[in-house]
Amino acid sequence: MDRIPILRMGQFLLVTIQVDLYDRLALDLEADLVKMVSKTGAKGILIDISAVSIVDSFMGRIIGNIGVMSKLLDAETVVVGMQPAVAITLVELGLPLKGVYTALNVEKGMDLLESKIQVIEDEIDPDDDFDADNT
Amino acid sequence: MATDITKTFKKKHAAILERWMKNQLADAGLREDLMSNEDLRAESDELISALINSLNERNLDNVDSGDFDHVVEILSGISISRARQGFSPRETGLFITSLKEALIEVLQEEVTDMKEFIDISVKLNRLMDNFSIIVFETFIKGREEVILRQTDEIAEISTPVIRVWDGILALPIIGTLDSARTQVVMENLLIEIVESGSSVAILDISGVPTVDSLVAQHLLKTVSATRLMGAECIISGIRPEIAQTIVHLGIDLSGIVTKASLASALQYAFRTLRLEVRKTIIKRTE
Repeated sequence: MDRIPILRMGQFLLVTIQVDLYDRLALDLEADLVKMVSKTGAKGILIDISAVSIVDSFMGRIIGNIGVMSKLLDAETVVVGMQPAVAITLVELGLPLKGVYTALNVEKGMDLLESKIQVIEDEIDPDDDFDADNT
Repeated sequence: MATDITKTFKKKHAAILERWMKNQLADAGLREDLMSNEDLRAESDELISALINSLNERNLDNVDSGDFDHVVEILSGISISRARQGFSPRETGLFITSLKEALIEVLQEEVTDMKEFIDISVKLNRLMDNFSIIVFETFIKGREEVILRQTDEIAEISTPVIRVWDGILALPIIGTLDSARTQVVMENLLIEIVESGSSVAILDISGVPTVDSLVAQHLLKTVSATRLMGAECIISGIRPEIAQTIVHLGIDLSGIVTKASLASALQYAFRTLRLEVRKTIIKRTE
């Protein structure tokens, strides 16, 4: 059975969708990704959909779900390389993918993820210092 | 004895053409700049030949007869080409009505019996009037084609996507936004975002006369699509009246960055891209 590979790269997980997603494949991807996030403790997910030319409302919802689910597991999701036609379709379907970040290409997507992680770490660091001072 | 009008017209072919040309040339509004006299004569001759050849006693009062198919074809061709060349309806109408006059004049000379003359001319009148209607129908159709083509062209031309800076696109929208136009605008913008790898797009609506809820919805769609592509979209050029309308209509634009002018939108874009525009201080050397 087909599976979409999930690659681990440091704190991040990389998913490159090279085929047109059918429903079963998308559902499996959703389940695999969530499991992978909890197993590896990844801080970010990057989904490259530059090769996807057709989406339907189900696909749009799955991508949105992945964003919300990984957020619950403390990981940010960035969708990169969306084609103009796909973007128009999703907007027409009324699915603006609120839970996920977007970027133009993989490079910008990685930058965005790193900056998000950076921000989170910066927020945490002062607390750590504060605790250290107290003890 | 009834006059055979077919024979009469055949015999008088040259005379009809001369009279018709005279009638057409007599009109002060003749557009010699659009069409030379030779072309006009050739066109007229072709039409008369076709008409005389298809005309006979039986079909004189029946314009739907298949005999006239060739005539109708020529007429349609002429009036469509005139519509494209920019002739006025009056000039095109004159083309066919002056033929009627020429035919009646010739008929008047040839037919001596008053009753018969009236009979034939009534039928001829009806036939020529039907031809006039055909001419006008095709003329208007031709004009409509021209208008439709121009509308398409305007829609294409009027949505340029400008690269203002490395990574910043501007899209000034001029004129009313409807669904079809929004589609074109959105597609052009998204394609350009991919091509140029820009991360900020500025949508300038200072040229949009009115914003109603539909236009606002179209704008929101464009902004969401841009966001999905991974770029940020700023709406600029919101005039005070438009701000009022938006609030009165209860449209929620709170999720979108809006700026009053293109300049402030550009400034915001620079800040997002961490760019800085500075005035250089020239140190005067003594």
